[in-house]
Amino acid sequence: MTAELIHRLHFAFTVTFHYLFPQLTMGLALLIVVLKTVALKTGDGEWDRAARFWGRIFGINFVFGVVTGIPMEFEFGTNWARFSQLSGGVIGQPLAMEGVFSFFLESAFLGLFLYGEKRLSKAMHWFSAVMVFLGSWISGFFIIVTDAWMQHPVAFERLANGKFEVLSFWQLLLNPWALLQYAHNMTGAVVTASFVMAATGAFYLLEGRFIECGCDYGHIFTKVGVIAGLISTVLIIFPTGDMHGKYVARHQPASIAAMEGLFKTETGAGIVLVGQPNEETGQIDNPIVVNDVLSFLIYGTTKAEVKGLDQFPRDQWPTTLPLLYYAYHIMAGLGTYFVLLMLVAAFMLWRGQLYCARWMLWLLLISFPLPYIANTAGWMTAEIGRQPWLIYGLMRTNEGFSATVSASNGLFTLLGFMGLYALLGLLFTVLVYREISNGPDPRGVVPATAHAD
Amino acid sequence: MMGFLWFWLVAVMIVGYVVLDGFDLGVGVLHLFLAHTEAERRATLHSIGPVWDGNEVWLLAGGGTLYFAFPLLYASAFSGFYLPLMIVLWLLVLRGVTLELRNHLDMGVWRGLLDGVFGLASALLTIFFGAALANVLRGVPLQPDGYFFLPLWTNWRTGVNPGILDWYTVIGGLVALVALTLHGALWLTIKVSGGLEQRARKIVTPLWLLLIVLTIVSLIATIAVRPATLNNYFSYPVTFIVPVGVIVSLAAIWFLNRKGQAVKAFIASCLYLFFMLAGACWGVYPTLLPATTGTQNDITLTRALSGPHTLAVGLAWWIFGMTLALAYIIFVYTRFRGKADAHAESHE
Ligand code: HDD
Ligand code: HEM
Ligand code: HEM
Repeated sequence: MTAELIHRLHFAFTVTFHYLFPQLTMGLALLIVVLKTVALKTGDGEWDRAARFWGRIFGINFVFGVVTGIPMEFEFGTNWARFSQLSGGVIGQPLAMEGVFSFFLESAFLGLFLYGEKRLSKAMHWFSAVMVFLGSWISGFFIIVTDAWMQHPVAFERLANGKFEVLSFWQLLLNPWALLQYAHNMTGAVVTASFVMAATGAFYLLEGRFIECGCDYGHIFTKVGVIAGLISTVLIIFPTGDMHGKYVARHQPASIAAMEGLFKTETGAGIVLVGQPNEETGQIDNPIVVNDVLSFLIYGTTKAEVKGLDQFPRDQWPTTLPLLYYAYHIMAGLGTYFVLLMLVAAFMLWRGQLYCARWMLWLLLISFPLPYIANTAGWMTAEIGRQPWLIYGLMRTNEGFSATVSASNGLFTLLGFMGLYALLGLLFTVLVYREISNGPDPRGVVPATAHAD
Repeated sequence: MMGFLWFWLVAVMIVGYVVLDGFDLGVGVLHLFLAHTEAERRATLHSIGPVWDGNEVWLLAGGGTLYFAFPLLYASAFSGFYLPLMIVLWLLVLRGVTLELRNHLDMGVWRGLLDGVFGLASALLTIFFGAALANVLRGVPLQPDGYFFLPLWTNWRTGVNPGILDWYTVIGGLVALVALTLHGALWLTIKVSGGLEQRARKIVTPLWLLLIVLTIVSLIATIAVRPATLNNYFSYPVTFIVPVGVIVSLAAIWFLNRKGQAVKAFIASCLYLFFMLAGACWGVYPTLLPATTGTQNDITLTRALSGPHTLAVGLAWWIFGMTLALAYIIFVYTRFRGKADAHAESHE
């Protein structure tokens, strides 16, 4: 294994694991604000308890996000030293801003939100929930700005010594790629949180717990989850996914051709729904294709020409092409399923049939892992699609890794992270499952910690 | 000018990190020895529960600031110290998770394991941080291209090709362990009560005596390993105020603790840490990372500095952002002022 491969795997593994947590943090932060707002408006203690319950899960999730996020910040230096040295003046900027503007905010107000409910007024407690929400969404913004600059570098100049310098701070922050990616990605986070909330509600309804009046959590969670789920799953395809796709097609044509599995340039290109790309023969095996649709999706007319991979020299094809193709198809396929599921669920909710339709509750319950898969697949699409470039069009991935860190040392720490994260994943699952099965009702379980002595 | 400014801004972030996360690391080391009952242990950990995460943000914000102000230093040091840094990351992960876990799980027998891991990770982190600083003071085998790679240890001697750990950096690690444990003990005297508070106050004196010895040894060792450390002091003799500050703040810790002025004693300890770190920074300035392979390979301020526009833009948002951040931090610390109690709101 080459050092380059190890460093890529190292980063990919740790960031993929990290992102399992923030997507729930960011989505849930929004839903908790919704719960708190209803509680504040109606003065209904039940919604406050619901918010407290999700606050506990948020707290666990947040800690796992923090401890897996800290390594990310360092890996730019440890594993991608040459890249950092040259681009630090540009992307070090949003990364540092993330710490200064959002992590301080988020950690300060999360402490207040979780530990301070009795020390704060109702309005102040609501306010700390809002600040936690803001902190996590600002953090998402800065990290996306960082990534977007690597995907679509803007507002920079390159000095004689190869270093990148910012030319315009605002253009860096308002990179159109970043705005599109942000909209799409944050919607993805809300999808995850809505599915998790709806699944928890469905779980209680199926088990027949927490559904008597006075502690109606099964109904509350299912309802909030399905409504938020419907809105976010529609938004993630249209307009955010659609616009993001068009922008990629314009600025990373080789990457979109690979995502779609389009080997040959076509006018009136069709969209491949199913099939396996075959790099040797340059075609899709076992294809199911709908004619003209790709041209229409990208250019708004069925006749437009879409560039295929044949237009690009082989050394500019994304490496690991089939993975890119599958990742993209998994994301888009799941996105379609999500909309269908949520449309049906919301319709049944409106007709008052949802709470007794066990098959639908089951579907909601078992679908909760899927948004995690879709989000991960989406990031793999973005990151593998960027290959072989580290900074698109400017710096190749093999010019960026730390030359002084050997493959062997890299493998050592990669294995270390794998072991540690396996343990973390296990602990996380146990913890969250326990919280969910204890449930939000204070009458159900008395907090163990208050009595142990 | 920009270089001078950013050097000290990064230094401020490092001091902020050490002073703040320092006490929760110290509490992590101490809780194994000081807390005798479950209630005491919970009170100990509750004194840091709402703030440790915010304290760690100083490390991140400091790292980020270093990244964009001195990209070459960030790239070179982080890849050169690859192995110890990864170990530090693992320890940070373990520490954060074990602390949080014990809040959420009533795990009976497992609790001892969690507490042990938490204490051990805290202790090792202080040692690693001290050793890291000592590595910077001693210098590393930088190549002309600005990079190096250090093994964890070689023959435990300083020289052209040392390891991360040698006799000198081990002293640095011990200074940090004792200084931060003392810092944690002083924090506890503010935040806990009863027998626990008494024990925390009593442990201050032995730690303090040990710290005096180690401080003197480390100062002598630093001058022996890198005599150039003193150059800045002799060029600007007024800066000898820094070592004087170290002595005065050390004396004040003992005196104030004896008089039972817990908050002031803690502040004295903050000042001690500040003077030690400022003294170290001033000892290397304007070098950022000295080379053992000859001064021509040093990573200096001018060599590592980002471009003028980057820095000017950075200054604007940095000042704005850090002012905001300080406002929240002060707000949180005043909300959680006073003794931490073992029961209230504990299961959150
Ligand atoms: C619940 C999650 C989810 C779902 C259902 C979808 N996406 Fe997505 N997608 C993401 C979550 C996501 C993401 C994780 O948020 C990504 C990764 C990087 C990014 O900015 O957003 C992403 C990236 C991403 C990209 C950029 C790839 C690149 O940068 O090269 C495109 C073109 C799309 N998506 C398009 C779609 C379309 C057309 C979808 C629906 C049919 C869709 N996404 C569903
Ligand atoms: C927003 C911040 C992110 C930045 C700045 C970033 C940056 C990077 C960098 C520097 C690499 C290594 C170089 C390379 O192989 O291209 C990389 C690779 C990768 N990242 Fe990201 N990444 C980010 C987010 C994510 C997320 C959230 C995920 C997944 C959930 C992800 C998945 C991957 C994968 C799968 C690779 C490996 C690509 C390959 O091997 O071809 N990234 N990314
Ligand atoms: C290279 C990529 C990444 C780096 C360097 C990184 C860095 C970090 C760090 C250091 C933390 C801990 C903050 C604390 O102590 O409070 C963190 C947490 C977080 N990250 Fe990441 N991150 C990356 C990818 C992402 C992505 C792609 C997103 C979302 C779009 C994201 C969103 C968050 C959020 C919301 C948190 C708060 C804690 C949590 O949600 O669990 N991060 N990240």
